[in-house]
Amino acid sequence: MIQVNNITKVYGKEKTVAVDHVSFSVKEGELFGLIGPDGAGKTSIFRMLTTLLLPDGGSATVNGFDVVKDFRKIRNSVGYMPGKFSLYQDLTIEENINFFATVFNTTVNENYHLIKDIYIQIEPFKKRRAGKLSGGMKQKLALCCALIHKPTVLFLDEPTTGVDPVSRKEFWEMLKRLKAQNITIVVSTPYMDEATLCDRIALIQEGVILSIDTPAAITASYPHELFAVKGDKMSSLLTALNSFSKIKTAYAFGEFAHAAFYAHAISAQEMRDYLKSKSIEMEAYQKIDASIEDCFIGFLKN
Amino acid sequence: MKEVVIQTEKLTKRFGDFIATNEITFDVTKGEIFGFLGANGAGKTTAMRMLCGLSLPSSGKATIAGFDIYKKTEEIKKNIGYMSQKFSLYEDLTVLENIRFFGGIYGLSNAQLKSKSEALVTELGLDKEAKKLVGSLPLGWKQKLSFSVAIIHEPKIVFLDEPTGGVDPLTRRQFWDLIYKASDKGITIFVTTHYMDEAEYCNRICIMVDGKIEALDSPTNLKKVFNTNSMDDVFYQLARGAKRKE
Repeated sequence: MIQVNNITKVYGKEKTVAVDHVSFSVKEGELFGLIGPDGAGKTSIFRMLTTLLLPDGGSATVNGFDVVKDFRKIRNSVGYMPGKFSLYQDLTIEENINFFATVFNTTVNENYHLIKDIYIQIEPFKKRRAGKLSGGMKQKLALCCALIHKPTVLFLDEPTTGVDPVSRKEFWEMLKRLKAQNITIVVSTPYMDEATLCDRIALIQEGVILSIDTPAAITASYPHELFAVKGDKMSSLLTALNSFSKIKTAYAFGEFAHAAFYAHAISAQEMRDYLKSKSIEMEAYQKIDASIEDCFIGFLKN
Repeated sequence: MKEVVIQTEKLTKRFGDFIATNEITFDVTKGEIFGFLGANGAGKTTAMRMLCGLSLPSSGKATIAGFDIYKKTEEIKKNIGYMSQKFSLYEDLTVLENIRFFGGIYGLSNAQLKSKSEALVTELGLDKEAKKLVGSLPLGWKQKLSFSVAIIHEPKIVFLDEPTGGVDPLTRRQFWDLIYKASDKGITIFVTTHYMDEAEYCNRICIMVDGKIEALDSPTNLKKVFNTNSMDDVFYQLARGAKRKE
């Protein structure tokens, strides 16, 4: 459905490389995630694939259409929800949806089944201007507008940034239902915990892809023995763990510190004794599976 | 008994017949890292604007750094620092120019500005970047710089509104190292976040639902009370019941 080959984007006089020879492919009906922090190049990739920005190198096709030569065809067949709210603030909910339907030569009725689940949540406010909506409602309206012409591919740029954990869960439920209708979805997010909800993900940082695979395969290939350690004071615990020769890196992870060992881990008793020598009382020590966030930190540390 | 730096009693803000913040009562002590959580629309921003002296309450009482929230808003502003993900620094000024500008606004003398900027730049490891435009720095560095600038006048309290949104996992952790350092110096940290692992780094957290405080305790105690081992679950159990959608 989407083929990206060595695509590159360079900005400004200083030739800042935002996207550096990125390649990946997305299959039909797949929910594909671009996972990385701000400045990783996610938005530039989206804007090149939606034909809003010309690549400086490499090539890409969406639906078999070239992003440079066939840009008109791509624009007709994809839906794009930018990270920044970009609908008409002085039109109402209803007017915005009708406008986008008309622009794409269709009607709201024709594709109502696609947006129904989402639209009924904002319908009570359909006479309200978009500029007066809350963040959550704007997001739902933007999604409706991106879907109204029945796109084959949906590009969602950071739809959940700044959204609370409960609303984030709801949003991902909506995506699952869209995927069930066979719409290919490419979504970007800085939240590592959302990675597991995608079929496949690309971890990206500073314009370079660190890894592409299913979330399960990425976490399974984590190269270290990883332990969750708990002690009475986090800052001294981290200092102690990071100065231990067998540990590659240790960092805070909620109430625990995660410690990645170079090769084999040490026993709980050995760890308890070591921490005691640093006047830290060990409260927990258990082997854990790496999460996507652990993998990401692992890549960054290399 | 630790010194109390934020004290509120039934603090309320109404917009027409909508009660954005509904009788919230809590104390925050000196040097405490206080996490302020809630779903979008729960009333966090409204509460924070009142605590910063930017918006007058409809009813209730509060003192911030010892100053009354109704009568001494200008004094409050001098004694707090503020940073958010959105309001960062001036992108078209250099690192040093930003430090001088904000330090100047907060009333630092030229001598203080000189010594402070040098110390700050060294502490953040930005020596090479000191004369570069802030716009050219990666987001993580901007946020670290922005935090350091927010506490350059050594305020009693610093308010952080989602300071780590969109920042990579490593930089996010380095940012929290800065928070711990500030807290060790006695600066009170009042922070909002949507990352539940960061809630664990706070001494106490307060969770708001529909304008009211529904839970206020240490992360460990909250997990005990809600019979779960994750903060995510505590938050979910509370916020799921919200009637108000933003």
